[in-house]
Amino acid sequence: MPLGAHKATLFGAAGVSTGDVVLLGSSTVSDSSGVTFSGLMTSTYGEYIFKLYNIHADTNTAEFGFQCNATDTADFDDLLITSTHFDADHREDGAGGSLQYNTGKDQAQGTAFQTITSENDSTSDSSAAGELHIFNPASTTYVKHFYSRMSTVTLLGGNANPLHYDSFCAGYFNDTTAIDDIQFKAAAGTFDGTIKMWGVK
Amino acid sequence: MAMDLITTNTSSGAASSDFTSSIDSTYKLYIFKFYDVNPATDATRFSFQGSIDGGSNYNVTITSSTFKAYHTESDSAAALAYDVETDQAQGTGYQDIQGDIGNASDESGAGELFLFNPSNTTYIKHFYSTVQAYDSAPQSRQTFAAGYFNTTSAIDAISFKMLSGNMDAVIKMYGVG
Repeated sequence: MPLGAHKATLFGAAGVSTGDVVLLGSSTVSDSSGVTFSGLMTSTYGEYIFKLYNIHADTNTAEFGFQCNATDTADFDDLLITSTHFDADHREDGAGGSLQYNTGKDQAQGTAFQTITSENDSTSDSSAAGELHIFNPASTTYVKHFYSRMSTVTLLGGNANPLHYDSFCAGYFNDTTAIDDIQFKAAAGTFDGTIKMWGVK
Repeated sequence: MAMDLITTNTSSGAASSDFTSSIDSTYKLYIFKFYDVNPATDATRFSFQGSIDGGSNYNVTITSSTFKAYHTESDSAAALAYDVETDQAQGTGYQDIQGDIGNASDESGAGELFLFNPSNTTYIKHFYSTVQAYDSAPQSRQTFAAGYFNTTSAIDAISFKMLSGNMDAVIKMYGVG
C-alpha cells in the first residue's frame, strides 16, 4: 500500500493503531547481524507488512534478505521457498535503463534467505528502502505468500555514477505449518537500518 | 490518514464474492486484500469486474495491461513477460488479475487491488493490482494488472470470481482517506 495510506501511524509507538493497521514492532539497528521479530505473526491479522528504511550494508555487494521460521523450527534455515525476482535499473548519468528477470536471486524450493534487494554497497549515503507483505502466515491449510518492492542505490560495477534498482520479489513458503518468526539480514557482514512491522486487520 | 476495514467476505465454494454496498464518496481509495484464494477448478484465473448499477450487472468497459514473473519449483523455467491473454482493450469481461491458480489443498493466491475514486462522475476510474500465487505448474507466479474503467458513471459494486468454477477466498475491503 502507498505510504500515504497510513502515514500517521508510521511515526507511532508499538501497539498504536490508526484505523485498521496496527504497528506491532519497530527495530532500529546499527552494525547488526540480523533483526528478528519473534512470535509476532499470529492468526490475529491476515496480512503483515514490514517497512524498511535506511538499509545500509557495511559490506559491498551484500544483498539484503529475509527468511522465516515455522512454529516448529527456530533456525531460519529450513522453510522451502519458490520465488521470482526482477528489477529495473538506471544510472544517475542516464546510462542503463533496463528491466530484467534475475535468475541468480530467485529460489526453486530453496531454504536460503530470500534476497529482496539488488546489489547494496557500503558508500556512506547509499541505502535501500521498501516493503514486504506476508499473507496469512498462521494458515495451516495453505502455503504462505509474500511479495516485496525495494529501492536501492549502489556504486557497484566500477562506475562512478550511482545505479538505482527498483527490485520486485515474490514467492511462497511451501509449507502448511504456521509461520511465526521472521529475520532480516545482509548476505554478508552487518547493516544499519530501521524495520517496522504492521498488522492489517 | 487511516485505512479502515469496511467489509470482510469469507467464501467457501462460492461462484463469486461481491461487494455491493459501501463503495461511495466516503473514501477516495478502496483497497481489496485477499488471501486463501483457492479455486475448485485447477489452473483457472482469478478476476474482478465493476458495476455501475449496484451489482445488477458487472460489465463496465475496461482497458488494461498485465504482466507477470514466474518460476517453477523444478527451476526449469523463469521469466518476466507481458501477458497478452489477460489484458483488455475496451472489453467488458472480468479482468484477470492472476492466472492458473492451482486447486490442490495447499495451493492458493493472495494479493491486493487498489481502486481509485470510484464515485467520481467526471473522470474514468483507475485500478491496479498485485497478486502472488502458487499455480498449477507448480510454480510461483506474481501478476501485475492495471487499467481503468472507461466510464464517468460511479462504480458502486465490485465482484471477484474465478474464470471457471467456484472458489474459497477471504477478501477484505478497506477505505482510505
